[in-house]
Amino acid sequence: MVATIKELSEKQDLLSPGHRLCAGCGASIVVRMVLKSSKKPVVVASATGCLEVSTTIYPFTAWRTPFIHSAFENASATISGVIAAYDAMKKKGKIKEDINFVCFGGDGSTFDIGLQSLSGAFERGTNFVYVCYDNEAYMNTGIQRSGATPMGAWTTTSEVGKAQAGKRVHRKNMTEIMAAHGGYAAQASPSHWRDLVMKAEKAFEYDGPAFLNVLAPCPRGWRIPTDQTVEFARQAVESKYWPLYEVMEGEHKITYKPKKEIAVAEWLSPQGRFKHLLKDANQPVMTEIQTQIDKEWNRLIKMSGETT
Amino acid sequence: MSTVKAITGDAAVAEAMRSIEPDVVGVYPITPQTIIVEAYAEYVARGEVQTEFIPAESEHSAISICVGAAAAGARTMTCTSSQGLALMWEVLPIASGMRLPIVMFDVNRAISAPINIHCDHSDTMGARDTGWIQIYSENAQEAYDNFIQAVRIAEHPDVQLPTMVMMDGFVISHAIQRVEVLDDAVVKKFVGERKADYPLLDMDNPVTWGSFDGLGGWFMEFKKDQMQAIENAKRVSLEVAKDYAKISGREYGLFESYKMDDAEYAVIVINSTAGTAKTVVDTLRDRGVKAGLIKIRMYRPFPASEIVEALKNCKAVAVMDRVPGYVDIGGPLFEDVQVACYQEGVNVPLVNYIYGLGGRDILTSHIESVYSDLEKIAKTGKVATPVTYLGIKE
Repeated sequence: MVATIKELSEKQDLLSPGHRLCAGCGASIVVRMVLKSSKKPVVVASATGCLEVSTTIYPFTAWRTPFIHSAFENASATISGVIAAYDAMKKKGKIKEDINFVCFGGDGSTFDIGLQSLSGAFERGTNFVYVCYDNEAYMNTGIQRSGATPMGAWTTTSEVGKAQAGKRVHRKNMTEIMAAHGGYAAQASPSHWRDLVMKAEKAFEYDGPAFLNVLAPCPRGWRIPTDQTVEFARQAVESKYWPLYEVMEGEHKITYKPKKEIAVAEWLSPQGRFKHLLKDANQPVMTEIQTQIDKEWNRLIKMSGETT
Repeated sequence: MSTVKAITGDAAVAEAMRSIEPDVVGVYPITPQTIIVEAYAEYVARGEVQTEFIPAESEHSAISICVGAAAAGARTMTCTSSQGLALMWEVLPIASGMRLPIVMFDVNRAISAPINIHCDHSDTMGARDTGWIQIYSENAQEAYDNFIQAVRIAEHPDVQLPTMVMMDGFVISHAIQRVEVLDDAVVKKFVGERKADYPLLDMDNPVTWGSFDGLGGWFMEFKKDQMQAIENAKRVSLEVAKDYAKISGREYGLFESYKMDDAEYAVIVINSTAGTAKTVVDTLRDRGVKAGLIKIRMYRPFPASEIVEALKNCKAVAVMDRVPGYVDIGGPLFEDVQVACYQEGVNVPLVNYIYGLGGRDILTSHIESVYSDLEKIAKTGKVATPVTYLGIKE
C-alpha cells in the first residue's frame, strides 16, 4: 500500500533544508521523495555531482542519515563495499538492525562514467537501490552533453551553429539497459509523486538490485523558470517523452498513460536548450525526435502486452 | 606455534590473509597476483573464512569496494599488480585522504607499454606519493611477515592510513621458498579486531564521509594531518615489529643493513635483488673489499635521516632503481637518497643504476660491476656517469 501524502509529509526529511542546490533543482525533490519511501533506516551513497557538492560542504552536512561519497564513477562499487561490511558485521552480530541502501547519481555518473561500476554491482546481485536523477547533462561542470542528453539539445559541448543543431544523436535507453540486468528497473518523474513513491517503495522492498531513472529538470541547464521544474517534468510525461513504466524481472508494465495526445514540440519549445529547433531549417530534427518518441512508446506498449 | 612450508610468494600472502580473515576482500584478477585471489576464493568456497569476498568487475571497483567497506568499519583487503594498481590510482589518494586503513598486497610488475607481465617496480613507484604506506619484501617470508604487520600499522590510532605491501612478481610470487607460517590463532590474536572511528554504519550517530571541501575550507589542514600520520608510521612500525618478533622470532627495521658497520662501498636496493646482492657482498668481503648493502623495507614514509646515518661513512654509494625514471637525474629511490644526503649535509658520492626493467635478469656479475664502479669512484672522487642502465643489450 503506497503511503499517503499526509503520511509522507509527517516523515522527517533525511536531506535537510539549508543545502546549497539551486532554486528549483529537480534532484533535491527526487531525493527527498525517494528517501521518504524507505520504511527502514537508510544509508546513502552518492557519486560526485551537484547533489554531493551542494549537500556536504565541510564542516557542514545536509544529511540526517549516514552518507558516503568517494568519487565520480564508483558510487555503486562504494556502496557494494558498505553492504559487504554490513553483511560481515551482521554475521558477527555486531549490527542488529535492518538497513536499506540507496545510491544517488546524476546521468553523467550513471549513463557514462559510472556505467561499469553500476553494471558490476547489479550483476553481483547487490541488494541496493540505485537512483539516477536524470537532468540530461553534466550540470555540475556547467552543462555538457552526456549519454542522457536528448537529440537536438544545446549544451556547452553540443553547441548550436551552422554545422549542427545541438546534440546529433539520441540518448541511450538506460532504463532498458538496467532492466536487462534482470532485477527491478523503473522510470519515474517527480510530477507523478504517487507513481514515484510506489516505485521507490517497490525498489526498496525488492530483494536484489533495483534501478530508478527519475527525470530531474535542471532550470539552469534546460533554460526554464525555477518555479516550473515539476511542470516541465509533468509535460515530459504527458508528451510521452518520458514514459512512466517499470520492468520487474523482464516483465514490462506501463504505469501511467497520458489522456490526450501532446506533440513533443509543445514540451520542447519553451525550453531555452531547444529554442533553435523552432527554426524552419531545424524542422527535420524536431520530426526525428517525435519519430523516436512514438517508436519507443509503441515498443513499450508491445512489451507490456497492451494494444493501445 | 608455526609450521614450515614450501610455498610460493603468492601462496604465502594467501596464508597470511586466511589467518587474518578480514571482514571484506574486494579483488580483480591480474598476473602475477592472481594466485592470491584464487587461493582466497578457495578458502571462501570451503567455508574456512567468513569474509565477504567480492570479485569486482575491475580494479577501480575493487579498491572502491574497499573504501566503502573500510568507511563502514570493516577490516578490508585487496591485492593487485601493475595495470591493476594503475587503474586504482584515482582511488588511492581517496583512501588515504579519508584515513581508511585498507591493506593491499601488490605483486610488483612492469607498467605497459610494451605490455609485460614481469617484474619491475614501476607500478608501486608510480603510487609512492598517494599517501599510502609502502612496505617492500625481499622474499616470501618477508611478504608474509610484512602483510600481517601491515594490519596493525595501518589501523594504529596514530596512523589510520592505507598500507601496501610488495614483493617481486614471478621471481618471488611464483617461486617456491621456505616459509614459516604462524598458526591462525596466533595471527588472529596479533591483529586483534578493528576498532573503527566514526563508522558509517553507526545508525545512531550518522556521519557524512567524503565531504566537499573548497576554498576557505580545511584541505591543507587535512593534508598536514596526513603528513604527520604517515611520519608516525615509522615509530609505529618499529613498535609493531617488536611485538611481531615475540610471536615469530623475526624482527624488522625500517630497512635492513647488511654488513654496513664498516662498509666503504654500499648498494641500496629494494625487494628480491637484495638476495642476489647479499651473495655478492659476501664474495667481495672474502676478497677483502669492504662491501655493504642497505635493503629498503619501508619506502613511504621514507626513513631519510636513518639511511643517511647508515651510509655517511661510505666512500661511494650506488642506488639501484627497478623503474625507468624518465629524467636524467635518476630513478625515484636515487632522488630520495640524494635529497636525504643533501639535507643532512653528507657528501658521499652517489651513483644510480636502472636495472631489471620488465623482468630483465639481474646477475651477480652486474652487481659486482656496480661495486667495482664504486671503488673507481672512491679513488677519483668523481661520478663520471650519474645514471647507468645495467644489463642493457648493446
